[in-house]
Amino acid sequence: MASTIRVRAIANGDLTEVQALIQHPMDSGFVKDAQGQVIPAHFIQQLTFEHNGKIVFTADWGPAVAKDPYVKFGFKGAAKGDELKISWVDNKGGSDSTTAKIQ
Amino acid sequence: MGFSIERWPATRRLVLQGAGAVALFGLGGLAAPAARAAANDKYPEEAFRQKAEKDAIQALYGRTAEVSDKVKLDAPEIAENGAVVPISVTTTLANVTSISFLVSGNPNALAASYAIPEGTLPAVSNRLKMQQTSNVIAIVEAGGKLYSATKEVKVTVGGCGG
Repeated sequence: MASTIRVRAIANGDLTEVQALIQHPMDSGFVKDAQGQVIPAHFIQQLTFEHNGKIVFTADWGPAVAKDPYVKFGFKGAAKGDELKISWVDNKGGSDSTTAKIQ
Repeated sequence: MGFSIERWPATRRLVLQGAGAVALFGLGGLAAPAARAAANDKYPEEAFRQKAEKDAIQALYGRTAEVSDKVKLDAPEIAENGAVVPISVTTTLANVTSISFLVSGNPNALAASYAIPEGTLPAVSNRLKMQQTSNVIAIVEAGGKLYSATKEVKVTVGGCGG
């Protein structure tokens, strides 16, 4: 199965800019479906980015993060060709992870 | 003689116990920052459950924030679709350790919280849901203090209701 995580990490000198897009419903638990049934909350709680064993960014998310979440940040100390490990866990115990090469 | 032989193991035991205590103490001293880091890594369930932004900030950081013009919050004036509101924050503050986003008009105010380790830039962009027109608050934790910036975003179609 294709990964739910799409990452673009571009090194520009010492700075690496990371953009990640994750496929996830991010159901808030406040929305009803067409039958009037509440769609149970289902959202990513934690997303981490790791470079050379060091966590460079952690996101704690609530259900108010938009569907198919997007996040952008930058960090120093990586070079082109390095690997960036991205993983997430959601409130139902689901998870996914991927590794991206810094370009 | 027998007495002194008997004493030796006792002394040894005492020494070992002492060493154990020292080791424990040493570990305790070392473990404190590690435990704090672990606590930071733990998902802040309680803070995400709070309804009001003030309570959420209190649950997350245990202190209040002061308004700072060094926190730059970028959000649209009008969000046509409350389900996807692009919001970002940058700051010129030094020693930033975390950045959080709150939406005062949502059922639970805290939307997202980001840990910023050393070497990571104090800037985050993300997309949030907004139920209604309300304030968006960015909190920047820098040097153990909290700084905030607030901006009202008008929402024409809510992103939380059905």
